[in-house]
Amino acid sequence: MPEENGSGSIGLRVSRYRPESDTEPTWQEYDVPLRREWTVLDALNHVKNEVDPTLSFRWSCRMGICGSCGMNVEGEPRLTCGAFLADYAPGPIRVEPLSNFPVVRDLVIDISDFMEKLPRMKPWIIRDEEMSVDDGEYLQTPEELDAYKQFSMCINCMLCYAACPVYGLDPEFIGPAAIALAERYDLDSRDQGARERLDVLIEHEGVWGCTFVGECTRVCPKHVDPAGAIQRYKLKAAKESVKALLLPRGAR
Amino acid sequence: MSEVRMYRRPVSTWWWLRKRSYFVFVMRELSSIFIAWLVVYLLLLVSAVGRGQTAYENFLDFAANPVVVVLNVVAFAFVVLHTVTWFSLTPKAMDARLGGRPVPPAAVIASQYVGLAVVSAFVIWLVTR
Repeated sequence: MPEENGSGSIGLRVSRYRPESDTEPTWQEYDVPLRREWTVLDALNHVKNEVDPTLSFRWSCRMGICGSCGMNVEGEPRLTCGAFLADYAPGPIRVEPLSNFPVVRDLVIDISDFMEKLPRMKPWIIRDEEMSVDDGEYLQTPEELDAYKQFSMCINCMLCYAACPVYGLDPEFIGPAAIALAERYDLDSRDQGARERLDVLIEHEGVWGCTFVGECTRVCPKHVDPAGAIQRYKLKAAKESVKALLLPRGAR
Repeated sequence: MSEVRMYRRPVSTWWWLRKRSYFVFVMRELSSIFIAWLVVYLLLLVSAVGRGQTAYENFLDFAANPVVVVLNVVAFAFVVLHTVTWFSLTPKAMDARLGGRPVPPAAVIASQYVGLAVVSAFVIWLVTR
């Protein structure tokens, strides 16, 4: 148990994978000081600096902004910089790489699939006709900002992909964060690219791949609510299909 | 650059038993089979009623068969699960707004139960009048 000045210790059970020698991941146990203000990331850094420099993991900001340090802690996708050791006492704490991604080494996953999917959403402002700089900036009211702000909070940490069983079973699925990002631009009053994004999202591995498990929203450290974005997209896509069926081309 | 030998973790057949939320999700998906069965059952009833007295009594005998009773009890439980889970998911899927302000999730859920109660009351009135 943590004492007042935090002098106890807690076990870390870390998944190791060394591609040059291992055929599959193995477990390695470490003992780390149980300090009240320490997170799992602090503990991993302690191991790396003091105990075992061969341990590999990604991290950068230590404050829930960069989205690099996502791992499965006790089977749950978490930003390790926000997962406190004391909350898992007496331990040991199981630390694994994020599920559903190939493992490069130890706790490092291969993110190339995600990197390939993001630009398919055309995550930038698309205009039918660009205004010239002389015409001034694209103005926006606070209400118009509120419409998409929540979806712009995504830090690409991929916890939602690790939580999504659909992505685990079918890696072709475009996935929660990418669809939330599409929604972020679609809801932006300055953007006119909804039609182009819908063409990608209406495919089978687009929004219809989602069966609304809702885990993406639950694990999201930024409260982006990707599940909500996806269901709203389904509604939009369904409306478009009905319109396409019922209305003559000019009226759409 | 040399090829890195990455490890791809296999997805276990029993992945849905690992977390409560996954299990509830799979049960919710499974419930659609029982919804389909109840639709078939209703169609059989309507068809039997349409074919006259004997056909209707045959249907009642079929419905009283213990296997059918058990099946229907299980199906009803799944229908309840289906209804409750989907009702609670609706506010997440709908961006409901009244006069520009978002409607609180509880109100969206409550309105569905009110709708269910109204329709049920109408059906009961229709059947028992």
